[in-house]
Amino acid sequence: MSSLTASRVLAPIGTAGKLFAFALDVAKQLPRRPFQLKEFIQQAWFIASVTIIPTALVAIPFGAVIALQVGGLIKQFGAQSFTGSAAVLAVVREAGPIATALLIAGAGGSAIAADLGARKIREELDAMMVLGIDPIQRLVVPRVLAAMMVAVFLNGLVSIVGVIGGYFFNVVLQGGTPGAYLASFTALAQLPDLWQGMVKALIFGLIAAIVAAYKGMNAGGGPKGVGDAVNESVVITFLLLFVVNFIVTAVYFQLVPPKTG
Amino acid sequence: MGVEIEIKDLTKSFGRQLIWGDVTLTIPAGEICVMLGPSGTGKSVLLKTLIGLLKPDRGSVVIEGVDIASCSERDLYEVRKLFGVLFQDGAMFGSMNLYDNVAFPLREHTKKSESEIRKIVMEKMELVGLVGTEDKLPGEISGGMRKRAGIARGLVLDPEIILFDEPDSGLDPVRTSFLNQLIVDLNAQIDATFLIVTHDINTARTVPDNIGLLYHKHLAMFGPREMLLSSEEPVVRQFLNAQRVGPIGMSEEKDADELEAEKDQELPPLPPIPMQMEPSNGIPRRSQREPGSWCKENGVTPPPGSFEENMSMVTEV
Repeated sequence: MSSLTASRVLAPIGTAGKLFAFALDVAKQLPRRPFQLKEFIQQAWFIASVTIIPTALVAIPFGAVIALQVGGLIKQFGAQSFTGSAAVLAVVREAGPIATALLIAGAGGSAIAADLGARKIREELDAMMVLGIDPIQRLVVPRVLAAMMVAVFLNGLVSIVGVIGGYFFNVVLQGGTPGAYLASFTALAQLPDLWQGMVKALIFGLIAAIVAAYKGMNAGGGPKGVGDAVNESVVITFLLLFVVNFIVTAVYFQLVPPKTG
Repeated sequence: MGVEIEIKDLTKSFGRQLIWGDVTLTIPAGEICVMLGPSGTGKSVLLKTLIGLLKPDRGSVVIEGVDIASCSERDLYEVRKLFGVLFQDGAMFGSMNLYDNVAFPLREHTKKSESEIRKIVMEKMELVGLVGTEDKLPGEISGGMRKRAGIARGLVLDPEIILFDEPDSGLDPVRTSFLNQLIVDLNAQIDATFLIVTHDINTARTVPDNIGLLYHKHLAMFGPREMLLSSEEPVVRQFLNAQRVGPIGMSEEKDADELEAEKDQELPPLPPIPMQMEPSNGIPRRSQREPGSWCKENGVTPPPGSFEENMSMVTEV
């Protein structure tokens, strides 16, 4: 009985360990030639095509909400001239990577998990291994790299669309001054904010693709297993991404002190 | 010339559940073997262990001096090049058409030119009767065609060992019969070692040189076809003749009460042993023996009516 409880308590640690082992396997296969360029381009195109439009659509209200919230708040403080700066800061530092994370995990990761899961239950992955080809090198590495690249691009997209959305709502709907909005951009924000956003996006893309590939390749028990794998991969990725986001942000504030005006 | 597979004390369990234990047998080079067993006895698991897709808990699988169970990943990928495997549903790559599927191993592992590849692929496609469907995607063809395409893909690297995972599941009796004929012809032609995992007794009775039976987490018996077909051993007899009377129950093995209840039941006589399927391409198989020769050598009288030319293939029970 005690061993049963122990195994239950330790099971999540075992799963986490297997996930890390899988990530190491992927890292080991990364430099192996020949690099699957075609697969990489196809996957990058595929992930981009399922994420670009939803990401843009998410980014507009994101920018708008920030503009509304911050706009109202900042008016009460009497610091309207800093509205633009606050919006940029919020979008580039947080909204960009978070929106990217949601879309990469929800749209890109689920597609990867479903695809690999279907191949797993159709025994395609087994057949590939029997034919002497490592599916990690062949299928997973290009997907991971594609997800990372697309995540960085999406981050840029969210930043731009979010700032434009914020501008629209602040200037057109709240009657802010366009000049002040634009001029205050660099009052609080700084270049490292942009870099950290891109690094975050890169990490999020990596985590989303690794979790999705791991879950997909370990799907079992027929079509239901694939559904479960997709579901679990999205939930696990969300959990991991928010935790990692917090950690990266905390580290970033230690490394790069906020601008003091 | 095929390759021998030496399996010793192989044991596999998933978690706490033992699948089978201490399986020891030698699959002779160049012969056709069938591995039988009731559903859920781990036949497919055995097959996957032989190609190193699953690691056994104990024991060894030695092929050409390499132990699959304990060798390095690199050696494993090398040894696997000796194998051709047909998975249950063919396991074709869904994103490629049949031609690319069959050409895939050649493009990956050889430096052959596209025209050489084309020649080999078309040859194998013709062998399994799939000429004209090269441009189809696996999703667009029937299950039987996918299986045959799987065979074609398994053959392009000229394997020494060919494993079939339930070649007859989901096929009608006629297609199964054609597929069995194809297996026998292939064996005559390329001389590889064949292992077929199935629970179709008709296949088991007519195709192989040797039969193995997995039952109750162990290998109940392995030996020449005639030995098992003339065996009085309850499990072997029950399974090979598809009878209800015997130690195998609907779920797992029967308990003592059930066995006691049918103790006095008269067992139907063993049905005659059918002729082994002959190659249709005129090439004699090296491992094929005279009908009845095992029975003669071992002083066993085969059931009456055995080895008659025009005997019904289907066993009457």
